[in-house]
Amino acid sequence: MKIATTQVWVNDQDEALAFYTEKLEMEVRSDVTMPEMGNFRWLTVSPKGQEDVAIVLMAVPGAPVMDDETAQQVRALTAKGFAGTVFLTTEDVRADYEAMKARGVEFVDELEERPYGIDCGFRDPSGNHFRLTQLTAF
Amino acid sequence: MQAIGDTPKAMAYAPPARHLLRAKDLADARYADKLDVDDMAKAAGLSKAHFSREFKAAFGESPHVYLLTRRLERAAALLRTTDRSIADICFSVGLQSLGSFTTSFTRMFEQSPAAYRASFPPAVSQVVVPSCVVRAYGRPQHRPAGRGD
Repeated sequence: MKIATTQVWVNDQDEALAFYTEKLEMEVRSDVTMPEMGNFRWLTVSPKGQEDVAIVLMAVPGAPVMDDETAQQVRALTAKGFAGTVFLTTEDVRADYEAMKARGVEFVDELEERPYGIDCGFRDPSGNHFRLTQLTAF
Repeated sequence: MQAIGDTPKAMAYAPPARHLLRAKDLADARYADKLDVDDMAKAAGLSKAHFSREFKAAFGESPHVYLLTRRLERAAALLRTTDRSIADICFSVGLQSLGSFTTSFTRMFEQSPAAYRASFPPAVSQVVVPSCVVRAYGRPQHRPAGRGD
């Protein structure tokens, strides 16, 4: 068993696409809109060099997939930063941090040395939390 | 450095809570600075009174309490992991008064900062000093035998 795809809720898919590709420099793995499914758009991205795992940038659906109240709760939870976290690793967190900062990524945790490595945290425009860690080799 | 409170340009419509989260993130990131509820309200783009109500409705605590407990949490971490003085720790987490720090800390943690620190192993015992440093700094000064005795 392997993880293939995971998902975050996004407030606006075009805004998310711009953020993930331009500011995080991820690559689009699929972007398909299905008219027979109420124009559902399957939009996935993942880091360069990692093609076997992707994140779905999922729009919060309306009825009949999700009732209005639930959709509103999901939007609010995401905006409040409680919809989940994606944990990323990198070979050179300082370089990535500087580059992303220069591209205007909103960092919520500056670089910090931890027993397990050096890491930092940021959010996407919707409020999803990401941690980026350079793990210590043990 | 770009402040977290800056509203990115050309953003799509975001639920109001997204702006409140920006204020919460600001408290988490800049607690060490002279930050107050006014700054948090500014980050959310709301008037102070309106912001405080909205923040509490979204997160269940007032922004004042959130910022204070963030600072106390960071102070507790420094008490456990450093040997810096209590006054130094108080100011380094952005609090201005040692007296109020001691009072609030004691109320939230049910013991004084000094007692809290004493209930953990000393910070020095937790530090992993690389072996090259131990070897370099642990080597004793040579004292020749049989001279001046």
